[in-house]
Parts: sequence; C-alpha cells; structure tokens
Amino acid sequence: MIEIEGVSFAHRGTPVLRDVTVSLPKGGLTALIGPNGAGKSTLLSLVARLQPLQSGRIAVDGMPVDRTPGRLLARSLTIMRQDTGPVGRLTVRELVGFGRFPHSRGRQTAEDHRHIDASLERFDLGDLAARGLDTLSGGQRQRAFVAMAFCQGTDYLLLDEPLNNLDPMYGRQMMRHLRDVVDGGQRTVVIVLHDINYAAAYADRILAMKDGRILADGTPAEVLTPDRLEALFGYRMEVREFEGRVHVLHHGP
Amino acid sequence: MAERGLWIAGAVALLVAAVFLGLGLRGNLAFVLELRALRLLGLVQVGVAVAVATVLLQTVTANRILTPSVMGLDALYVLGQTLLVFTLGGIGYASIDARLRFACGLLVMIGMALVVFLPLLRRRLSLTLLLLTGAVLGILFRSLTALVARLIDPNEFAVVQGASYANFSAVPPALLLPGLLLITAGVGVAWAWRHRLDVMSLGPDAAVSLGIDWIPAVTAVLGLVVVLVAASTALVGPVAFLGLLVVALAERLTGTRRHAVLLPAAALIGVAVLVGGQATLQHGFGGASTLGVIVEFAGGLLFLVLLAGGRRA
Ligand SMILES: Nc1ncnc2c1ncn2[C@@H]1O[C@H](COP(=O)(O)OP(=O)(O)OP(=O)(O)O)[C@@H](O)[C@H]1O
Ligand SMILES: [Mg+2]
Repeated sequence: MIEIEGVSFAHRGTPVLRDVTVSLPKGGLTALIGPNGAGKSTLLSLVARLQPLQSGRIAVDGMPVDRTPGRLLARSLTIMRQDTGPVGRLTVRELVGFGRFPHSRGRQTAEDHRHIDASLERFDLGDLAARGLDTLSGGQRQRAFVAMAFCQGTDYLLLDEPLNNLDPMYGRQMMRHLRDVVDGGQRTVVIVLHDINYAAAYADRILAMKDGRILADGTPAEVLTPDRLEALFGYRMEVREFEGRVHVLHHGP
Repeated sequence: MAERGLWIAGAVALLVAAVFLGLGLRGNLAFVLELRALRLLGLVQVGVAVAVATVLLQTVTANRILTPSVMGLDALYVLGQTLLVFTLGGIGYASIDARLRFACGLLVMIGMALVVFLPLLRRRLSLTLLLLTGAVLGILFRSLTALVARLIDPNEFAVVQGASYANFSAVPPALLLPGLLLITAGVGVAWAWRHRLDVMSLGPDAAVSLGIDWIPAVTAVLGLVVVLVAASTALVGPVAFLGLLVVALAERLTGTRRHAVLLPAAALIGVAVLVGGQATLQHGFGGASTLGVIVEFAGGLLFLVLLAGGRRA
C-alpha cells in the first residue's frame, strides 16, 4: 500500500501540491489524470523519493520513503520519469539490464538474464536488443525505458506518461501489458495518462488532479462525468457509454 | 570491440613501458634500471590516477568534456601548498617531511573541495554552467595562489613556483610510496564501484530509483577524485588536459562507457601516453621536461574539438 498523508510541496514559494492525502492499496491499475501543471509528476516523484518531502509523509508498504535505505525501496518501488534523461552509449539490453541492479548489484545471474529476456520480449524489443539507445526512435526508446522499469520486478510501478511517442498499436499494447502485469499478481501500477480514454478502458481507479489537489477519485464511470471533466479541463466534453465502457469525446470541434 | 580495445590498450602500455626501461641502456645497468624503474613507477601512478579521476568526474557530472583540472581541482592543491609556504615560511616548508606536506595539502584540498564542489554536484548543473563555474573557480584558486605568493618573501616564492608547473622528470622520491598506496586504494575503490558508477551515469533520478542514495554516493565519488588528483598533483604538478585526452581515447578504442571496461582502458592509455611521451622525448629530442607542454597542447586541442563538435567523443 502506498500511503500519502498531508503532502504539500512548493517550488520557491509557489504551491504545487496542497495537502494531498490518498492511499493506494496493493494491486490495481490507477490512472492519474489532470491538466498540465496539475502536480502529477511532482506527486509521483515525491513517492519515488526523487525530491525531498517538504511536509506530510509518504510510506510504501509501511516504509517511510524519506527514511528507508534506497536499496530496500528499490526492490519494491520504481519510477519511470516523464523525461527519461541522457543515455549515452548504451544498448537496449544494457539499459533493461540496469533494472536488475537492486537485486544483483551488477553481477548478473542466470535469473537476471531470464528477467531481462522476458522484459525485452514483452515490450517487443528483441530485435532491437543490441542497438544503441541513441539510434532508436522516440517510441522505441520509450518502450526500452518502460522495459527497464518492468525488469526491476518491483511490486509498485510508477509510470509518468509512458505512452508518450507511442503509436496506437504500441500504446494499446503497452496498456494491455500493464493490465496483464496487474491481473497476474499483486503488482500495482500507477500511471499518468493524458488520453482519458485509455484511462477509461484500462484503469481500475482514476485520480483526477488539478492545481495541486485531488479533485476526484473513483472508478472511471464515477470520475469521467461531463461536469467533473469540465471542472478539470475547463471545457465541456461529451461522455458516451459504449459496450459497458465510458468514452470521452474530448477532441470535438 | 570493448574487450579487444582493452587488450590493445594493455599491449601498448606494456610495450611502451618496456621501451622506456630498455631503450639505449648504457653504463651501470643496475643503477640506470633502478632509476628508470622508479621514474616509470611515478609516471604509471600519475597516468592511472588522472585517468581514473577523470572518468569518475565525467560520470557523476554526466558530461564528457570535464577533467578535474577544468574544475580547478589541481589549482586547489597548488593553493594549499602555497598557503603552507605562507604560514610556515619557505624554510619551514622545506624542512618538513615531503609526506607531511602532502598530507596537509590533501587535507586542505578535501576540505575545500567538499565545501565548494559538493553543493554544485548535488543536482546536475547544465554543461555550460558547470564549465563556467569550473573555469571561474580555477581562476579564483590560481589568483589566490598568486596573491598569497606575492605576500611571500621573493626568495621563498621559488618554492611555490616549483609546485605550480607539471614536471614529469623529477618525481619526488619520498612521495612514491604514499602515492602508490593512495592511488592503489583509490583505484581499488573505483573498481569495486564499477557497477554503481554505471548506474550513476544514468543520472540522479534513475540512479535513485535503482537504489543508489545519490548524495552520499556523489560525495564519496568526489572524495575519491580529490584524493587521486591530490596524489598525482603532488607527484608531478598540475596536468590540465591529460585526463580528457586519455578518457576520450579510451572511449574511442573500446566504444563503451561501461566502467568495467572504461576504467582499465583509460588507466592503461594514461600510462601509455605518459610513459610513451616521456620515452620519445628522452631518446628522441633530449628535452624531456617539455612533455607536460606537449600533453597539454594535444589535450587542449582535443578539448576545443569536443566543445565544437558537441558532446560526441
Ligand atoms: N523545477 C521546477 N521549478 C519551478 N516550478 C516547477 C518545477 N517543476 C515543476 N514546477 C511547477 O510545478 C507545477 C506542477 O508540475 P508537474 O510537473 O508536477 O505537473 P504535471 O501535472 O506533471 O504536468 P504535465 O501534464 O505537464 O506533465 C507546475 O506548475 C510547474 O510549473
Ligand atoms: Mg508531468
């Protein structure tokens, strides 16, 4: 369980998160939606201890993120950031292999190699395994980073806009894989999405954020109503139900 | 390619060392060989220390055109020595044990480096900002050295001057053993950390989520860099671009930044460049004291090429 309690955060006095309290039980796929600048990435980065907490507390399976040794946390939680940063001269396989570091400390065993192969295969990177990351397309690189996070084998997987750069086929495939991962065991995925319909189709729960607050929290059907969406994004969208799923027509003229 | 590059570097380093020891032997063999072996030991230490320190610094700052001396680290060592001359006087300075001087210099340097550089490295600065800061700090340390030197008696100034220029032909014998110990220990630690260093090169966010505690880890690596630079500066004086040259060559040769390959490759090339250069100058041109100038020239040129050509080394 991820427990976030009374977390506020400010950049140079400008509030970014305002007293956020929410808890995410183990298991399930939670989508974080909301307009640009809502504080989604900031919230995830605090959970993943990439920035120091300013107030409030966050615990993962009872371990306070600001006081637990990094090695320990790295075996139960990982994050893929929105901007994945510089990569230098790495091959896809080397990058994905870094996911095993918390377990093997760099001396990879046969089991590590099995995990790496499985991740490569799951994200359709087998043919690209020996390629340098700097030779890949944006979407291919994005998949390599998700594969690395997946390869870490943590109970909690935080993904900040993993669908960036992905074509419809790979976008759908990524969501199906994440769904599989969640359904297959006790793993928990928290994912920032901008395409509301992916959230509607794959998420168990949606957290909607705006101005550093959680505006709505519930199942897709509960959160994705025209009124809530208007409060969130500032314009009216039509919501249709089709074959038991909510569809948001957000791109109309 | 990586392993082959490593073998090539190793073979070249060995060959060069053999040439250095064996070429043009004349007179009292035992005496000449001992002299050359000691010199070789000094050069090997410096080559290895500078190469490893540069790899470490480039890894934690995520950029490949930095060397410890672009960040003003060796200037810091010289400043420390100058301060010692200032407080003890030239005679006092000269009368204390070279090893003690070295230890004092090292302490001053570690203290100042932690105060000045640690805040900079906590978050990765942009390349431009880092270079600019480094350049400014280097100038600051050098001008402080000059200022303190002015305050010193002109006769004692010569003592300081000796410490401010690279001199590969006169390695102080008293420092060979402490240098060897420090550098061996430092390189051993870097080797033990090779996998962590690979992870750190992904940047603070990825490293943290893979279980590295970033600030303690960066502090430790920086400490290591300081020790290595102090040791090599104490042995031969400041060598500005040697590290850059050596690491860029190693990366070219092995085609990887994996530390298990890059660290030994850079160290071997460091040895090859220094020992090879010294051997060539000694036997070819006579004026062996100019090696520093040539290395700086080649390294400086490469620095400009790297700057102009973006970050692809
Ligand atoms: N380093 C920073 N310095 C100053 N302000 C920042 C910094 N990082 C983020 N912010 C501000 O914090 C707020 C929240 O940013 P955050 O990245 O969490 O938003 P987000 O919900 O992830 O948005 P997006 O959908 O665009 O990714 C924004 O207003 C942003 O301008
Ligand atoms: Mg974001």
